[in-house]
Amino acid sequence: MSSQLVHAGFSALLTLLLGASVLGVELRSEGVTTIVAVEGALTWLWLGGAVVVVFLHQLFRPKIEAMRRQTWTGSRFSLPPLLKNHAQRRLILALVIGALLLFPFMAERSAVDLATLTLIYVMLGLGLNVVVGLAGLLDLGYVGFYAVGAYTYALLNSYLGFSFWEALPLAGGMTALFGYLLGFPVLRLRGDYLAIVTLGFGEIIRILLNNWTDLTGGPNGISRIPKPTLFNLEFSRRADEGNVAFHEFFGIPYDPSYKVMYLYILALLLSLVTVYVIYRLMRMPIGRAWEALREDDIACRSLGLNPTGIKLSAFTIGASFAGFAGSFFAARQGFISPESFTFIESAIVLAIVVLGGMGSQLGVILAAIAMTLLPEIAREFNEYRMLLFGLIMVMMMVWRPQGLLPLKRPQMELKRG
Amino acid sequence: MAESKLLSVRNLSMRFGGLLAVDQVNMEVRPREVVSIIGPNGAGKTTVFNCISGFYRPTSGEVLFEGRPMHRLPGFKIARAGMVRTFQNVRLFKEMTVIENLLVAQHMQAERNLLKGLLLTAGYRRRESELMDRAAHWLERVGLVDFANREAGNLAYGQQRRLEIARCMVTRPRLLMLDEPAAGLNPNETRDLDRMIVQLKEEEGITVLLIEHDMSLVMGISDRIYVVNQGKPLAEGSPEEVRRNPEVIKAYLGEE
Repeated sequence: MSSQLVHAGFSALLTLLLGASVLGVELRSEGVTTIVAVEGALTWLWLGGAVVVVFLHQLFRPKIEAMRRQTWTGSRFSLPPLLKNHAQRRLILALVIGALLLFPFMAERSAVDLATLTLIYVMLGLGLNVVVGLAGLLDLGYVGFYAVGAYTYALLNSYLGFSFWEALPLAGGMTALFGYLLGFPVLRLRGDYLAIVTLGFGEIIRILLNNWTDLTGGPNGISRIPKPTLFNLEFSRRADEGNVAFHEFFGIPYDPSYKVMYLYILALLLSLVTVYVIYRLMRMPIGRAWEALREDDIACRSLGLNPTGIKLSAFTIGASFAGFAGSFFAARQGFISPESFTFIESAIVLAIVVLGGMGSQLGVILAAIAMTLLPEIAREFNEYRMLLFGLIMVMMMVWRPQGLLPLKRPQMELKRG
Repeated sequence: MAESKLLSVRNLSMRFGGLLAVDQVNMEVRPREVVSIIGPNGAGKTTVFNCISGFYRPTSGEVLFEGRPMHRLPGFKIARAGMVRTFQNVRLFKEMTVIENLLVAQHMQAERNLLKGLLLTAGYRRRESELMDRAAHWLERVGLVDFANREAGNLAYGQQRRLEIARCMVTRPRLLMLDEPAAGLNPNETRDLDRMIVQLKEEEGITVLLIEHDMSLVMGISDRIYVVNQGKPLAEGSPEEVRRNPEVIKAYLGEE
């Protein structure tokens, strides 16, 4: 025990020295005395806290490890069922949504902006999850649908003056139509062949957008796409003619961060709708049929399920979510060009689905967060960033091929009588 | 006369390139009968099954089910007409739970309107609970209630076989086609299977078409037996007649 105490004390001292130098504690000489000078009032508190944590952790580490070893049973990674209780689950869900809604009012503007981007990937991931995770159809051209959604809004706006809210359902419908059309030629294909054809589809869309200069502006893209409005209130400094700006309506001074917050909340709402709709779909006959198709299409046929219809529905519904995400993306960026819809985007969304655990919604959400935050956090590593990223992916696939949070089967209660 | 036949197969042939796998097979199944198809390995029994259930499109001949032609229809439509089959190597939805397997099978009876499902209307809930009840009923019948939430792939082999039969039964078929249901079962399980088939026939009024190698099972429960050898029909009749038929003995034991 005493050796443990010495070890812990040494670690704490080391923390103090390292922490002090990192946090900018300086020794300054004033006259004859030397004083310790610190910037910021809370620095000592943080430093003290860190020292205490390190000290206690080192002191009790053997015990903690012994305890852990006892409780670890089964797979090293399996998470226990977090919440069994239904009411408890609802409460936690409400708290999480509440926290997410409050987030933009507390965080910095750049963080809110990043969170909005993350939410777009959440939508894309959840949509692709329907096709790949549930129906088991490997789709490498998902970005094509994303592009269709974005261009639908951009074109409807620039040619016909549609607003975001008018274009959103149309974009969803348009992408659903494209999903349906892609579904036809690939009905007979499975696995690798399907992947190649869908990959081609994504490229066709991109190249079409790039070359159809008359309509799409080609590589120059489409700019000046208006941001979404809140019941026709605009979030710009000066509203267009006939419209009222948000800050004027409420009589508050203009702040550009309102726009960022509004976009975030919009993305959050769209994502929540996506989560709910797909959650319901998974538990409906159609969701069960998707999974059955993934498991065994011959058995499906032998039970009277029409594989053609099921495949088409998966493509159609999965694609429509990319359409919503795409038109939101166009509105947020204000500018889109074919460059935003390259194969790498498809690959990232697919990585989100695989990383999250095929079919699992919570897993996909976590993976989307990880996939957008990691590159930001690792920005300091510059060119090693992608190397690091690749390494993490490889390690994931080696140690946890089933994904972060594999799909948990819904458990049903049977009435016994 | 048409009333008394549930299924009739006329001059059914199936050719794979140069191989005539099924050659002019005729067959009739009457309601509430248990009819077996037997024959040595590679005789074309499963091919006959695949033609009847629409997984192959027969080269020639016709399949009539309740007087309606089936041989041009895709498999899923034949299943919807009331002819449901199992497979030689069990084909369950392995990563789905036992109860989900039974719910998928009732897809045609389910409320498939997306809007009703998303809004959880009263009608949708009622329909889903009916499906659950039916699934629960059949789980009880095959003794798998305690495994309802287990993944189907994790069940023991015998249980998987029973689940596959239950999965067929929830679709309310009129003709149940079993492809070697006793393969891989131990003697106890085979006896249970025997009892189950008899029960299905007597209590549910189901008609069974069976491919099987286990002779004691076949002889015990069949009303009539068809023998196929090298794709050709060899003999037919009651178990007693087939057992005595010298042609059949020759095909199974070889020439003396």
